[in-house]
Amino acid sequence: MPGQSLFQRIAGQIGLYGAVACYVVFALLPIYWTIKISVTPQDLLYSEGIRLWPSRMTLANYASVLKASDFPRYFLNSIIVSVSTAFIVTVVASFAGYALSRFRFRGKALVSLVLLLTQTFPLVMVIPPIYRIMGQLGLTDNLYGLIIIYTAFNIAFATFLMQSFLDGVPKDLEEAAMIDGCTRLDALRRVILPLTLPGMGATVAFVFTAAWSELLFGLMLINSESQKTFSVGLLTFVGKFAVDWGQMMAASVLALIPVCLFFLFLQRYLVTGLTAGAVKG
Amino acid sequence: MASVSLRGIHKKFGPVSVLEKIDLDIEDGEFVVLVGPSGCGKSTLLRSIAGLETIDGGEIRIGDRLVNHAAPKDRDIAMVFQSYALYPHMDVRRNMAFSLNLRKSPAELIAERVSAASAKLGLGSLLERLPKQLSGGQRQRVAMGRAIVRNPKVFLFDEPLSNLDAKLRSTMRTEIKALHQSLKTTSIYVTHDQIEAMTMANRIVVMHDGIIQQVGPPLELYDRPANIFVAGFIGSPTMNFFDAVSQGKSARLGDGSALVLPTGAVVKEGREIVIGIRPEHLRFSGEGLPGRVVVVEPLGMSTQVTLDAAGERVTLMALERPSLAPGDAKSLTARPEDIHVFDRSTGLRLN
Ligand SMILES: Nc1ncnc2c1ncn2[C@@H]1O[C@H](COP(=O)(O)OP(=O)(O)OP(=O)(O)O)[C@@H](O)[C@H]1O
Ligand SMILES: [Mg+2]
Repeated sequence: MPGQSLFQRIAGQIGLYGAVACYVVFALLPIYWTIKISVTPQDLLYSEGIRLWPSRMTLANYASVLKASDFPRYFLNSIIVSVSTAFIVTVVASFAGYALSRFRFRGKALVSLVLLLTQTFPLVMVIPPIYRIMGQLGLTDNLYGLIIIYTAFNIAFATFLMQSFLDGVPKDLEEAAMIDGCTRLDALRRVILPLTLPGMGATVAFVFTAAWSELLFGLMLINSESQKTFSVGLLTFVGKFAVDWGQMMAASVLALIPVCLFFLFLQRYLVTGLTAGAVKG
Repeated sequence: MASVSLRGIHKKFGPVSVLEKIDLDIEDGEFVVLVGPSGCGKSTLLRSIAGLETIDGGEIRIGDRLVNHAAPKDRDIAMVFQSYALYPHMDVRRNMAFSLNLRKSPAELIAERVSAASAKLGLGSLLERLPKQLSGGQRQRVAMGRAIVRNPKVFLFDEPLSNLDAKLRSTMRTEIKALHQSLKTTSIYVTHDQIEAMTMANRIVVMHDGIIQQVGPPLELYDRPANIFVAGFIGSPTMNFFDAVSQGKSARLGDGSALVLPTGAVVKEGREIVIGIRPEHLRFSGEGLPGRVVVVEPLGMSTQVTLDAAGERVTLMALERPSLAPGDAKSLTARPEDIHVFDRSTGLRLN
């Protein structure tokens, strides 16, 4: 910046990086601690006091989580539920967002309002009625029930998200495509879809993580071991008299892996600026 | 190529009537320019022809075919948008080939048409670029190219040059005109730039508040505007208007001075009229309308003089270079045949 002395510039840089470093430490410390505890041998957990890294490392916790517990099953369940939810929500929200973004229809304001209202209820309040309804439909204690509930609870936000992404795609593009020989659906597929991939990526990622880490409904609706998702399964490490911290943390670290992989895969779709150059300046 | 015929087009947005009883016949190969102030319904009319808006009444024919209910893709038209509307995820080649690809044209034909169009528009070296890697003028050309490869019956343009700077705009204006002369495709061109309208059009359509005011060749509109609106809209600097009352063969202005009316004017004695005189038709003379110089602006080729006369701001365009200073008293006159006479209440032309 002009008019600044060298000293001011250096001080500014130090301040900036210092602030970023503080934030990163703040955000990553819990994850670091989780990893640290997961590799700490059981006998050192309480005897060493608070240390940044244990004096001995072990993978025993991981081994017992993978071999001796139902965790692989929980994992699979979580993946089924999260992937299905993310997929269904994104497809439905894309169409709904498109309608809200492009069409004028009777009751549009009302639809938006109702969607918004669903977001204002405290979850705890709707659990009893949902439990009863799902029970009568035979949807408790299975993954379908979870998928339906997660879909219902994520669709409003995802719709608004997709609407805002679609609002960012100029209407002219679609009209140009329709003049060039597309039907509305063709235009959607060949022009709008490629341009909203970043938005869809963000929506998928958002819904996936929300479903992956959901606990409340999982806890309420699922009883049997075979249907538990990973977040519910984590609680099995909490015994009546003790918590098996090592195994719980190992399981948590394992649960982070799919999420990380997922974001790595989505990253290229999350790059914005794809619409740059579509229209004028 | 085809003619376009509009019969009694109506269009409303909610309660607001945007197009009213539009009748227009555009001949095969004609270049018609729609002009009018912002919000007068030019774009709406163009979009109705394209099929992007549904009309509330009337008939649109392209060639002999009634297209009221045809989808945009079935009307065999191409449109160049003000925003260019290039597909950002496709390179220039794919942008241009898009419509032919959709039509499943054979690959050789597509390649041939694209290379012909890009040669015509000087886009040869840019075919592999994405729209965001192009300048404004290049994007404009790609948008044109995308329209020509189609070889459509009608070209529609919605202010295609308004995002370009002045110099590029005049170059592109010439290019579009040359393009039309070689392709001879029926074209409808929307603009609010009257230089574009005057220079490019075979015929100009002047619109105001959703109603066609006048249709005609550029010079006819300039020389014989049908009403006050057209007279004021076409021409720059704008025509000077004076309220007057007819008296014998002349018009008496507000300050008591008189101007001789053209011979063709049929005006009843004592009628309230408006006199219109173009700036280049006003001249300084010994007698006539007394005025006082306010501003003198030398433009090189001509000199624009602003005066106060008969209670109005008056503009005069002089080809010679008068030596004038602000405050000078000068008398103004015009030849009777250069005077336009309008009815003050209806605004219609009387001579
Ligand atoms: N989708 C719409 N909904 C409601 N009113 C509209 C809509 N589109 C246009 N209008 C109105 O219709 C009128 C004509 O609009 P139009 O875009 O045809 O004007 P225009 O002559 O092209 O103006 P400009 O020179 O500014 O582009 C305007 O008053 C505008 O507000
Ligand atoms: Mg317009």
